[in-house]
Amino acid sequence: MARKLSYKMAVNEALDLEMTRDPTVILMGEDIVGGAGSPGEDDAWGGVLGVTKGLFAKHGARVMDTPLSESAYIGAAIGAAACGMRPVAELMFIDFIGCCFDEIFNQAAKFRYMFGGKAETPVVIRAMIGAGYRAAAQHSQMLTPIVTHIPGLKVVCPSNAYDVKGLLIQSIRDNDPVIFCEHKNLYAHEVDVPLESYAIPFGEAAIPREGRDATIVTYGLMVHRSLEAAEKLAREGVDVEVIDLRTLSPMDWDTVIESVEKTGRLIAVDEAHPRCSIASDITAFVAQHAFRALKSAPQMVTAPHSPVPFSPTLEDIYIPSAETIAGAVKKTIIQKMVAA
Amino acid sequence: MSDNPFPVDKAGLLEAYRMMKTIREFEERLHIDFAKGDIPGFVHLYAGEEAVATGIMMHLNDRDRIASTHRGHGHCISKGVDVHGMMAEIYGKETGSCLGRGGSMHIADLSKGMMGANGILGAGAPLICGAGLAAKFRGDGGVGITFFGDGAANQGMVLESMNLAAVWNLPVIFVCENNGYAEATSRDYGTAVKSYVDRGAGFGIPGVHADGTDFFAVYEVVGELIKRAREGGGPALLECEVIRFFGHFEGDAQTYKAKGENEYNRANRDCLKIFRAKVTEAGVISDAELDAIDGEVAELIEDSVASAKAAPLPSPKDLMSNVYVSY
Repeated sequence: MARKLSYKMAVNEALDLEMTRDPTVILMGEDIVGGAGSPGEDDAWGGVLGVTKGLFAKHGARVMDTPLSESAYIGAAIGAAACGMRPVAELMFIDFIGCCFDEIFNQAAKFRYMFGGKAETPVVIRAMIGAGYRAAAQHSQMLTPIVTHIPGLKVVCPSNAYDVKGLLIQSIRDNDPVIFCEHKNLYAHEVDVPLESYAIPFGEAAIPREGRDATIVTYGLMVHRSLEAAEKLAREGVDVEVIDLRTLSPMDWDTVIESVEKTGRLIAVDEAHPRCSIASDITAFVAQHAFRALKSAPQMVTAPHSPVPFSPTLEDIYIPSAETIAGAVKKTIIQKMVAA
Repeated sequence: MSDNPFPVDKAGLLEAYRMMKTIREFEERLHIDFAKGDIPGFVHLYAGEEAVATGIMMHLNDRDRIASTHRGHGHCISKGVDVHGMMAEIYGKETGSCLGRGGSMHIADLSKGMMGANGILGAGAPLICGAGLAAKFRGDGGVGITFFGDGAANQGMVLESMNLAAVWNLPVIFVCENNGYAEATSRDYGTAVKSYVDRGAGFGIPGVHADGTDFFAVYEVVGELIKRAREGGGPALLECEVIRFFGHFEGDAQTYKAKGENEYNRANRDCLKIFRAKVTEAGVISDAELDAIDGEVAELIEDSVASAKAAPLPSPKDLMSNVYVSY
């Protein structure tokens, strides 16, 4: 049975289900209880945006507030994972990764390889990503390319509540370290979500819209902008396919290549900066592996090579819009190949 | 033989000596073979600091965990990691503790509670908080020990971890092995406080000192801290002053040291000589018994080198294996 559930509450439900199923699952993060040791309610906040609200009441000491000390508690989550626990640590905003990147990319990501396959580090690091919240340069970034670059990490970035639930459950059960990216501007977005538990395997992209004329490859909030662009183009007679990657590492290259071989046109859409991005990664892979299928030069739609601005006027043009995406799709269609 | 005045029985004393001697012989041999060009990469030797690893590890079992440093061979040996596997690892062979994928700076054996040497200074501190947390959830009385040098004592992650361990009351001991040099820079240049022990008060945890050249001093002091941690008393900071017989890394000409410093320390502050003098003067163990151990250890190390040299290299087809559990 399904009912409407928000992206935010899908996170909460997945955590609750897995904590109930597996006593080694523990949660830690800054204010995920939100009031520990204070004179008022212990669990006043349940996370800065209320994502973990109610879990402390249900699971008690397994839901832990931490000091504002990312290096220590993210490292502790990783250490506990190497010692048989399944910690889910919340890095409130992915922008804070600078304070604990060593623990993530030099420790968690490398244990298995550098210890000759004798270590498992089943840690999940949940982090809010993305612009549009008027949160300015240090609370709005899309740092997915940085974590996707690192061998040993898995990177998940769902676009809707159904995927959030299934992918977070998979992340917790997975035996590798997972960076689970939650787009803060999708927290209120609702779709039908089954009541029961289910896991979505990693490395399987979704195709929320099938089409013949061009392929948009994207993830996260940009899935919605791309679908909006596709609807607009459909009214103009252009039939666009939209691929929602869902996980960035592992990457479902097969689905991307199959789609481009069908449509002959690629538009890679990414809320990250353009250089060394998911968009440039997709574009390079397609150029290398499906060059003959391409009818025109691939296009990238990304945020600019600048920090996220505060002023709403500027932030609104910083984030790729449906119009920009639609424009890029048209460019792939009117383009003539230089060498026919 | 006289009555044993030491806090360890005779079998334990022999075991401690064998542990220290194994570390010493392992490191002295690496020093020679590295100079010959037999060993690839970076090697940081623990010789001179053996009493600390041994004095601590004599209190631990496989359920207890340690997080080590770039200078980790001594911690590994005393925590029970197989010497043959270690030597093969340092030679980059498939039979190594980590299949030759880690090398000297990343030897680990989680089955022995050894969570890894670490190429990042201070990185063991957050990890051991996690080990302590896991032990606390399991309620198994396990403790975690992390090591760092006087240089890494200034890393933010070490200081943050002391605070986290204190507020979560974790069964964790932070061990500062102060050998006077952060790589080549003197301890006093890089640290303003007179004693690292003083930092314990800043985090609300006990800070205690031990002479790291004296096995018994370390053994007794850390024994109390470990007992306290096992009983739920929480974390502590231990500073051990030690001597680093070699340079920061092999190949280091050590010109930053005073003239005659190494010779003086070898003659007067060698933890193995100090141990031998104490146990033989007390009449508990004879020189002959210790000499016999020396001979056995020399054979073990010789054999580990021979087998490491003869061992197969990793296969190129396995370059990408074990990046993930599944991908």
